[in-house]
Amino acid sequence: MGKSNIVARTGNEAMAEAMRQINPDVVAAYPITPATEIVQIFASYVADGLVDTEFVPVESEHSAMSACIGSAAAGGRVMTGTSSQGLALMAEMVFIAAGLRLPIVMADVNRTISSPINIHCDHSDTMMIKDSGWIQIFSENAQEGYDNMIQAVRIAEKALVPVIVTTDGFIISHGMERIEILDDAEVKNFVGTYKPENYLLNFDRKITVGAIDLTDYYFEHKRQQIEAMKDSKSIISEVGAEFGKKYGRSYGLLDAYKLDDADIAIVALGSTAGTAKVCVDNMRSKGIKAGLLKPRVFRPFPKDEIADVLKNIKAIAVMDRSDSMNAAEGPLCLEIKAALYDKGVKNILLNYVYGLGGREIGLGDLEKVYNDLAEAVKGKAKDKINYLGVRE
Amino acid sequence: MANIKELAKGEELFTGGHRACAGCGAVIVARQVLMAAGPNTVVVSATGCLEVISTIFPYTAWNVPFLHSAFENAGATISGVEALYKSWMRQGKYNKKVNFIAFGGDGGTYDIGLQSLSGAVERGHNILYVCYNNEAYMNTGVQRSGATPKGADTTTAPVGKVKKGKEQYRKDLTEILVAHRIPYVAQSVVGNWRDLTSKVEKALSMEGPKFINVFQPCRLGWAYEPEKTCEMGRLSSDTCIWPLYEVVDGQYKITYKPKEKKPVTEWLKMQGRFRHLQKPENKAIVDQIQDFTDKQWELLLKKESLTS
Repeated sequence: MGKSNIVARTGNEAMAEAMRQINPDVVAAYPITPATEIVQIFASYVADGLVDTEFVPVESEHSAMSACIGSAAAGGRVMTGTSSQGLALMAEMVFIAAGLRLPIVMADVNRTISSPINIHCDHSDTMMIKDSGWIQIFSENAQEGYDNMIQAVRIAEKALVPVIVTTDGFIISHGMERIEILDDAEVKNFVGTYKPENYLLNFDRKITVGAIDLTDYYFEHKRQQIEAMKDSKSIISEVGAEFGKKYGRSYGLLDAYKLDDADIAIVALGSTAGTAKVCVDNMRSKGIKAGLLKPRVFRPFPKDEIADVLKNIKAIAVMDRSDSMNAAEGPLCLEIKAALYDKGVKNILLNYVYGLGGREIGLGDLEKVYNDLAEAVKGKAKDKINYLGVRE
Repeated sequence: MANIKELAKGEELFTGGHRACAGCGAVIVARQVLMAAGPNTVVVSATGCLEVISTIFPYTAWNVPFLHSAFENAGATISGVEALYKSWMRQGKYNKKVNFIAFGGDGGTYDIGLQSLSGAVERGHNILYVCYNNEAYMNTGVQRSGATPKGADTTTAPVGKVKKGKEQYRKDLTEILVAHRIPYVAQSVVGNWRDLTSKVEKALSMEGPKFINVFQPCRLGWAYEPEKTCEMGRLSSDTCIWPLYEVVDGQYKITYKPKEKKPVTEWLKMQGRFRHLQKPENKAIVDQIQDFTDKQWELLLKKESLTS
């Protein structure tokens, strides 16, 4: 087992610590809209000479991702961090980074999108770029945020697909937790050295990157990108398994908690899954067979894997911390439904949109959801789409 | 400074076979800048004519490493390339001397890319940014930009029954860059190879951010005969429509002073975009353009004597 130290860290500190240990060639970031503490913590590492990184304090998030693209195309290991409006501003470049197959790693602290302006947690920022071609890894707590950042480097560089690692704003980012930090040498060894196949600074093999790609080639290149996203599933699983073997915390595409014999289950991303685990235990102590599914990755979407673990659950509640504004289900629920359709599963499926703009989600809220599911199993009609915790 | 024979003997770094219009000035800029810069150069380009005509997959006209990502971000993108270079040099992973040059049109530089450029030069990256300034969004169909001069006919400030083309004067981007107090800022022009290549050589001999605003006649958007591109460039200097000068560490030097300053009408009458200004009822606009040009030139002469 690799060496580690137990420390108290906020989510932001844990993410910045992972970045220090990864020691990327370049970090280009903008600290505001809204302020992402990760960037300023990392800047202090640069100021103290603790990293080899060239830190580029750009003038906007659009330029942050543009500079990351320049550095990554030039051949470097590159990282950035942002959230909310910042991610919205960089969205154009987020798509381009993925299309150019640049293995950039980004920490995203999930915070809501204006308007109304609000700096608190929900998943509307990350969901906005769900179709951009980035692998999206959600973290349940600071420990997972830290572990995911380290794995993301390996995943991105093997798949040549950029990776976004999210933590929930304030809930994880600002909450102090007990976490295990690996020794610097362990992280250095785990991430290894990045050796790009083609890069701008290689004058022995000069390349043109970002060529105009018209009707005769564009589709073939996008098809390759689609395939890379499909292939990334096994890479994510392999890297997660290796991490588990070395450090005792295994990761896969999803985390099924007490689902094997469950009658009812909640599906939730990020920190809400932690709350739901406590709720599952409480329900179980009352003799109710409750379970939880936490998709760790939303992109690639583990469609078959999710359908397999949900197919025998009598009633399922999908928790969406953002809305699709489609006058129908939230983004996670839509995809879960699509996954079940292919398996011919027609179990009870309810959608709960919750926690928008940082609205609290507590044990009582999730207990209500489990109780709704239990009643639905008994035949009581329930609304398919629910807005949990809102005054109306 | 290299002479024309020496420049011509160098490796062709921007090759033929690209899809530019006959008489395109932008490719003259790219070719001459690379002649002066030499092969150890990485190029970043903003979206625009130059990128579109030179990189139609699976072909490329760039015989140097080349990166394009988007329209408004050439400054930030070249920053990233240069930052990685700096990081690798510091870590001992790389040891070659490399030039970092970004190209952007006036749309991608004066307008949508101004923030990105300002940030890049403020941070002090060791880069040369070359604006190939053809005074409108030519790639997408001659829409007005912040560089478009007063009175010009464009598709988004067209000449109509009431309007007489663009109503505003162009912004002075070169002076905006001077205000960033960077080591080297210059204006150059297509049609004066010695002026352009010597400015590129001079810029690349300096550490830090450098900017050259190259006036680039566009036969499509300006509507003149394609063989007259270089002549148009020289005429812009002789009329003082586009003065050639450089600012080195804040010190102005006019690099070309016409023996006899020609009237702007010589310049205007050559171009379809100013055709409507030939009409007697539009004479006031012509007078305003002459007055504006004279005042700008006088101001430049004063700046030169003030800082010499």
